[in-house]
Amino acid sequence: MSKLFPHSLTKGKEPFFVDHKFPHPENLRLSTHALSVYIGGNQILKFVNAEIPQNKITCIIGPSGCGKTTLLRTFNRLVDTIEGVKLEGVVMLGEQNIVTASASELTEIRRVIGLVPQRPCPLPMSIYDNIAYGCRIHGISGRKKLDAVVEYYLRAVGLWDEVKDRLHSPAGKLSGGQQQRLCLARSLAIEPSYLLADESTSALDPISSRTIEELFVKLKKDYSIVMVTHTLRQAKRIADHVIFMYMGEVIEEGDAQQVFNNPKHELTRKYLEGSFS
Amino acid sequence: MVKRSIIEEKFMKLFMYASIALVVFFVASVVLSVFKRGIPLLSWEMVSSLPGGGFYMGGGGGFLNAIVGSFYIVGGATVMGLIISIPVVFFLNVYLKANSRFGSIARLAYDVLFGIPSIVYGAFGFTIMIYFGLRASLLGGTIVVTLLIIPIFIRSMDEVAKTIPSELLEASYSLGATRLETISIVIRQIAPAIATATLLSIGRAIGDAAGVLFTAGFSDRIPTSLTQQTATLPLSVYFQLQSPSLEVQDRAYAAAVVLTLIVLVLSISGRIIMNRFSRNKIQ
Repeated sequence: MSKLFPHSLTKGKEPFFVDHKFPHPENLRLSTHALSVYIGGNQILKFVNAEIPQNKITCIIGPSGCGKTTLLRTFNRLVDTIEGVKLEGVVMLGEQNIVTASASELTEIRRVIGLVPQRPCPLPMSIYDNIAYGCRIHGISGRKKLDAVVEYYLRAVGLWDEVKDRLHSPAGKLSGGQQQRLCLARSLAIEPSYLLADESTSALDPISSRTIEELFVKLKKDYSIVMVTHTLRQAKRIADHVIFMYMGEVIEEGDAQQVFNNPKHELTRKYLEGSFS
Repeated sequence: MVKRSIIEEKFMKLFMYASIALVVFFVASVVLSVFKRGIPLLSWEMVSSLPGGGFYMGGGGGFLNAIVGSFYIVGGATVMGLIISIPVVFFLNVYLKANSRFGSIARLAYDVLFGIPSIVYGAFGFTIMIYFGLRASLLGGTIVVTLLIIPIFIRSMDEVAKTIPSELLEASYSLGATRLETISIVIRQIAPAIATATLLSIGRAIGDAAGVLFTAGFSDRIPTSLTQQTATLPLSVYFQLQSPSLEVQDRAYAAAVVLTLIVLVLSISGRIIMNRFSRNKIQ
């Protein structure tokens, strides 16, 4: 039973998602093979090969417009919302090819690969319902169960003590930093294995963004985190693994220490020195 | 020396105040003149009884037939309009991608519909009814009024739905929700707009005379089935104003007072409901 439920966060608790398509999330490797993405005829990603290591924070860095966000949004197929988008190549999540996933497989993929948005974006409902929304979608119901999930994940992001007395007030009333932690809790509540973060701290004040960073570091014990960031300082602080992209291609990929201290590629060195951004 | 920009600002401010005053003056004078002539004749009998014999020549009775008929038509049209227009708004904003060509054609279509005068809707409805061998009836009037208010519904909801941040929909998708499941998010976000749209539509529907002139007919009785003719408040005002008798003309104003009061009460209660709905809205 515990195998089905890999997160030590919920250790000793009854697992909520026992009957899903990916029964062994710890064996779910996420990797891309010759992935190309076209938007309206422009090739945004060029034959990207990347492997996301598990239980680590992977930072995707690179200048603006290099395709970082597109790569991130390919992992959960949010690129589908763009008009005229075309995918080629393979993105594997365990045995499942994300590129060719059907609509029903997609909902399950998106459950396993959660997203923390760029700007805090609570749903237009109460704090409680924000957390419960995803659970209800995936068939978890029952007041007692949901109460437990909500409290559990609000505690996990350190929000419980701040909001426990107003769980049923609108989530939009929270501060920006609190909203972002709520979004994190909302993603965690459906028990993903991966977390995608698209510059998730860029819209926050320094203290709130530090809180989110610290949470990510704490969470990597149980989740694999993929983060797009514009701030090299942030990447240096928390990255274990780095993917450097330029003009839609992966230029260099490797251990953070190695990439930052001893880049193999000339372009990476120039970018890290700040010659271009 | 006073700076030019200060003078400009003062002048424009004055202009704004003047415009606002003009608008308030118009509203006040319309309401006042209607109420001044209508209130003295407004009695319980007027709003609670059907027209008696020779009502339009100064006989006794009231215009309950028109009040009830208007509520029937407006109620039916509002419900049908909501049922038809919410899926349209949902499709335009959730299923279609941004800048979709189909979307802009659809939006152009309802903009055109929005501008068509109601007498054209009435004539159109009349033609269709003749084709099907139907006579003027409560059903015909309701259908035409529904057609009339659908563009208002769609437009006022679409304007707000367009401003829903894409992140909000993506947040829902990224949790594994399908587009259909995301409707709960869209509905919550545009709830105030639904209330506004409903109010605007009711206001337009209840005051519209041209659309129902051919299609709903007129009757001194309250209809008991969909195929019977029915009276409406605007037509009741119209017919009474045509009377040579001054007293009957004043009764037209009494009916107009009732019409105005209904719109007023609906607007105020609508605002209250709207505030309640928007508490969860994300700015």
